[in-house]
Formats: sequence, C-alpha cells, structure tokens
Amino acid sequence: MMLPRTIFTADHDLFRDQVRKFCEREIAPHHAKWEEDGIVPRSAWLKAGEAGLLCATMPVEYGGAGADRFYSAIIMEELARINASGPGFSLHSDIVAPYILNYGSEEQKRTWLPKMASGEVIGAIAMTEPGTGSDLQGVRTTAVREGNKDLIVNGQKTFITNGQNADLVIVVAKTDPKQGAKGISLVLVEATRKGFTKGRNLEKIGLKAQDTSELFFSDVRVPARNLLGEEGKGFAMLMQELAWERLQVAIGAMANAEAALQWTVDYTRQRKAFGQAIAEFQNTRFKLAEIKTEVQIGRVFVDRCIDLVVKRELDVATAAMAKYWTSDLQCRVIDECLQLHGGYGYMWEYPIARAYADSRVQRIYAGTNEIMKELIARTL
Amino acid sequence: MTAYLTRTIFNEEHHLFRDQVRRFMEREVVPNHGEWEEDGKVSRDVWLKAGAAGLLCTVIPEEYGGVGADRFFSAIIIEEISRAGASGLGFNLHSDIMAPYILNYGSEEQKRAWLPKMTTGEVIGAIAMTEPGAGSDLQGVRTTAVREGNHLVINGQKTFITNGQLADLVVVVAKTDPAQGAKGMSLVLVEAGTPGFTKGRNLHKVGLKAQDTSELFFSDVRVPITNLLGEEGKGFKYLMQELAWERLQVAIRNVAMAEAALDHTIAYTRERKAFGHAIADFQNSRFRLAECKTEVQIARAFVDHCLALVVKRELDAASAAMAKLFATETSGRVIDECLQLHGGYGYMWEYPIARFYADARVQRIFGGTSEIMKEIVARTL
Repeated sequence: MMLPRTIFTADHDLFRDQVRKFCEREIAPHHAKWEEDGIVPRSAWLKAGEAGLLCATMPVEYGGAGADRFYSAIIMEELARINASGPGFSLHSDIVAPYILNYGSEEQKRTWLPKMASGEVIGAIAMTEPGTGSDLQGVRTTAVREGNKDLIVNGQKTFITNGQNADLVIVVAKTDPKQGAKGISLVLVEATRKGFTKGRNLEKIGLKAQDTSELFFSDVRVPARNLLGEEGKGFAMLMQELAWERLQVAIGAMANAEAALQWTVDYTRQRKAFGQAIAEFQNTRFKLAEIKTEVQIGRVFVDRCIDLVVKRELDVATAAMAKYWTSDLQCRVIDECLQLHGGYGYMWEYPIARAYADSRVQRIYAGTNEIMKELIARTL
Repeated sequence: MTAYLTRTIFNEEHHLFRDQVRRFMEREVVPNHGEWEEDGKVSRDVWLKAGAAGLLCTVIPEEYGGVGADRFFSAIIIEEISRAGASGLGFNLHSDIMAPYILNYGSEEQKRAWLPKMTTGEVIGAIAMTEPGAGSDLQGVRTTAVREGNHLVINGQKTFITNGQLADLVVVVAKTDPAQGAKGMSLVLVEAGTPGFTKGRNLHKVGLKAQDTSELFFSDVRVPITNLLGEEGKGFKYLMQELAWERLQVAIRNVAMAEAALDHTIAYTRERKAFGHAIADFQNSRFRLAECKTEVQIARAFVDHCLALVVKRELDAASAAMAKLFATETSGRVIDECLQLHGGYGYMWEYPIARFYADARVQRIFGGTSEIMKEIVARTL
C-alpha cells in the first residue's frame, strides 16, 4: 500500500492494464531466452508495434497515437517492473523518434516514423565513442561533405542501445571537425549503407537481452538529405530534451525499485529461518520499512517531475536530481533486497538477481551521476 | 536562498503571513536567542509579543481567541522558526499539539478558561507524557491520578517536558486505573502553582539550549475532577488521534532546518578561500552541496505532499511516519555535511551551522524515534 498516485487519468489506467497484459504474455515468458541470445527478436518489436507500445507520443499522421508523455511513462514502468531490460523500446520511441519528429524534414518523418511505430524499423542513436562519453564535444566521428550531394561518414561508436537490431541510426558526427559543439550534426544512417558495419554485441554485467553494440563507419556515403535538422546544430538538438531523457531513467528506476520491494516482501514472508518467516525479524522489518519510505518519497518526487515534463516545465537541474537520486536509490534498494533473499538472491532465476545486475548501469548512462551533480551544482 | 521547485501548496495569504512571521523572527527572536540560550529558556515577554503578533494558536477558532487558520499557517510558523534556528521557542508544542487537545476534548468551560489566554501568550502550555521509565512505550506510564471524592490525586514523575519551566498549564498523562494498560489512561489539566506540583531540573542537553525542557514532579497533587480533559480512560485514544499531524510537524521543521543549513553553507563556502579558490569552487564541495540540495528538494516535495493531505485530514499514520523518518534523517546528514564544509568554524557556536548540528540530533528521537517510525511503516508492508 502506497499513497495514491494523482497524475494519471482513467484512460491512463486502462492503457496500463493493456501494457501489463502485453508484457505478461509477450515479454516475460521469453525474456530468459532473449538473454541467452543477447538480443530481442524482431517479432517482439512487431507485436509491440501492433499493440500500440511503440512511438505512442508520435502524432497520428505519422503512425503514432499522439499520446502524452504519461503514456510513455506507463510503458517504461511496466517494462521495468518485470525487469524487461532487453527491449529498447523507450530509446526507440521516446528518444530517437522525437528527434526525427522535431528536426526531420517532412520526407524523413513520412519515411521513418510510421515504420518505427509499427516496429518494422528499429531505431538507435550513436553518440558515445570509445574516447567520448559525457564529454560530447570530443566526438571524433566525422561526416564530411563531398560536393553538394553526399556526406561521407567515418568513425567508431560504442555502447549503442539496439545496436544489432537497428535499421536506422542517428549518428552524432562532426560536419566541421575544427569546431567543438558548433561543428556537431546529426546524420541518419540506414543499416544497409555500404561501409556501415555492426561490431560486437557487447557482453555486459546485466541488460543481457539488450544488444548494446559497437558500430563502425568506414567511408559511409549518405545523401546530404540524410542530415537531420540543420548542419552544425546537432549539439543544440541533443541538449533540447535532456531533462525528459534523464527523467526516463528515473521513471524506470522507481518502477524497478517498487517491484524489488514487492518481490522481497513476498519472499521474506514465505521463507522461514529459525522457526519464523524472515519477514518477522525486526531487522527485516526495519530494512523493508526504510526501503518503502525511500521508495515512497522517490515516487512522489518523480511523479511531480513527470507532471512537470508533460507541461514542458521540467528544468535540467530538477531532472538531474531525479536521475541521480532515484538511480542511487534503486541500487541501494536492490542491494538490500538481494541481501534479504540470502543465497537465492544470487541466483539468476530470481528477479532480484537480474535487477541487481541490470541496475548498476543506471548510475552511469544518460549522463553519469557525477555529471548530474555538476548540473545541480550550477544552480546552488 | 538557493532555488527549488515552486511550492504549490500555499496561496497569497500564506505568503503574506510568512513575511510577517519572518519579520517577527528577525526583530524579536534572532537578536535575543543567544541570551536565551545562556538563560536556558526564552523570555515570557517573547511569548506575549508572539501572541500579540498572532503567532500563537492560529488554528484555534475565533471564539476562543484564535483566528481559525488552516494548518498551512502552522507550517509556516514552524518553518520560519526553524529557519531562524530559534529552537528555544516551544510555540509549536503549545499551539499545534497542546491547544488542540483542549479544543478537541475540553469542556466548554475549559476551552473558555484556557484557549484565549494561550492565544495571547499569558498562559504557556505543556504536555507531560514521557517518564523516566516510559518513552515511546506509553502504556508503561506510572503516574497515577486517583479519584478521591470530587478530586483527583496525582502522583508521579515526568521528564523531557518541553516548556517545562515556563508552563502555566500542563496536560498530564496519568493512569486513572493503574490496573489497566492503555484503557486506564486519562488526560488531566494541572495548573502551575497547584500544591505538590513542582518543577525539577531544567535539563542540560546537547542542543535546544534555549528550550526549558524539564523534569516535573507530582506529589499528592489534588485537582478538581473537572480538570479531567475529555472522558476518563480515553487518554490513550486521544493521544493517538493526531499523531500523524504531530509527526509531520517534526518533518516540516527538519526540512526547513536543512534548507537553512544549506543556504548558510553555500554563502560560507563562496566567501571562504583555501588554496587560492573559494571553497565552493572545489569539485568536492560542489558535489556534496549538490547532493544536499537534491535530498532537501526531494524531502521538501514529499513533506509538501503530506502537508496538503493533512490539511484535508487525509494523512495516514504510515506516510506521516515516513515523512518524520526521512526528513529527520535527511536533516541530520545534510547538517553534518554542511558543518564539515565550514571547517573549524563550523564547530564554533557563533556559526548557525553549529547550533543546527546540536539541535538536529534529537529530531530523530522525539515525536517517536526513527525506530518507532520504521515499526509503523513496517506494519503496512
């Protein structure tokens, strides 16, 4: 029992039921297999598209449902609560697709968005490089013009979500390598382009079913019309929705932490030691009470932020607070919950074990928590 | 002041009231608080001035001298007192805990006799619950109030009583039926000056130096039966009734303390230099302050959410316990970190952060310890 959430309407609640049923039917039973494969099959993407789980916020004319961001949040929460860390739906729907919607030409929007909504085209965004993480201005991949018609892309990207599955990649590259932020542009590169190869599907601590990959670009020639938005405005475009993109991490973190608490309450009630349920020991009760308290408090804060982001009023520092605090919380909670599971908590068949492995990266990606503190410090 | 998310719970009247309260604190309290700390108690004079300024018993209806204000006004007073570090003032116990017992359970005569004078500050209230052997475990109270004809005869000993030295009127928690546990408990009004009622030591404490937290002794204290507050045997139930609000008051105070401590620390680290830089420019300072600000913001959002609920009378016990637990643990951590960023000066009493540090420690203990809060939350797992 938690405080009632006040941000959703009855429509949202109905949608959540649908998403939950979809997750239970189409994702949960298969996720272990996908983990072994290191990738989610295309068929799952097509089913998700059919069920209206992809690109929900895209306008109807481009194949979406024109939904508000509460719907996006619901999808993220439902995936997070079953540890479905393989499907890169939210990156695809709530990060990649909006770049195309916000900065793409009419032709680009009509070409890509409907297929992204159906799941026929899987999107990725290639920012990080072996030598560049949070410090985006250090990007070394180049997209140099050849005549008026073409761009030649060269470089190497890594840690790219949906890397193996991706049909369409937004590549962050320098169109003017002499400049810093102002030389950065976004270029759409189709998976079929010559010279574009997918590298290793990276082995990771967690996110086992997520095909996080290296990507290589060797003299990849794309037409100049593949530029997304204006040349040289890439950095500004990438900054535009950072608050929302980071809040997405917080949304997943809270839903996953809530789920971890529930698994652990259930487990400790059923598991006996020294003649009583683990849940009845005072240490267990207090640990779980601490967790519930922090989870409740994180929930109220994140809901406030979701409400603000829907109204387009969420500022960068507040989003940074949400991202850093909830991802730290998620990891603390899951670590404590694993402990209360004893040896079983270390076994992959228990969801808490997967959550433990999956959650560690939450404090790193979308801007490390150190970067978040830097952003908050600017508002002191 | 560093900026946070806009608080959405207050209206224009509340903001105006806050300005008034803040000015009162700056004029009447802050300049005198150091002296009160040396005296171990605040002056009666400040109580009367607070009464005249409308800072006492604001929630009490007009017919009994108050202004019938909502609890947002109470919260504002708590916040402004806390921001100023004025931990000596026991206004909140008087106005928002003690007076409501009289309003909610008192006879018409009791209400008319006491509430107007509590509102002016002529009568200072206290509530005597804790005993040397009974803290959170209230059923273990050993003070007795035994009927003798039309009187009750009170015997026992209380300790850690806020406003103990100054108190004119004390709600005493006593067993009218010592054979029973919770059901044997009643609330009895005892006036200072009643024969047999003596005030013990004004206790030395880690902090709250200007607060006259005291021992109270009752030795064959005879009061008329009409001094019973509410029904005989219902004391325990009455005490449980507003616990959520009473605990939220502690949470409100602690978020305000942490906010103020952070503001002092931001100002200090900007002005103080080391190795050629302002302390505020070192990455460690920036990150520690960013962490503090985040925790304060998150606690603020939750406590405001709870405050809106408590005004609607919808705050449940577990959520209030969460607020109390989280806000006090947060203020403890934040204030400790802020003291560290002050270096040696942070240990000196003349710096507000030193007082906050000393004042903060008890917040995790009174109003129900953090452990009791966890117990309450655990029941809802």
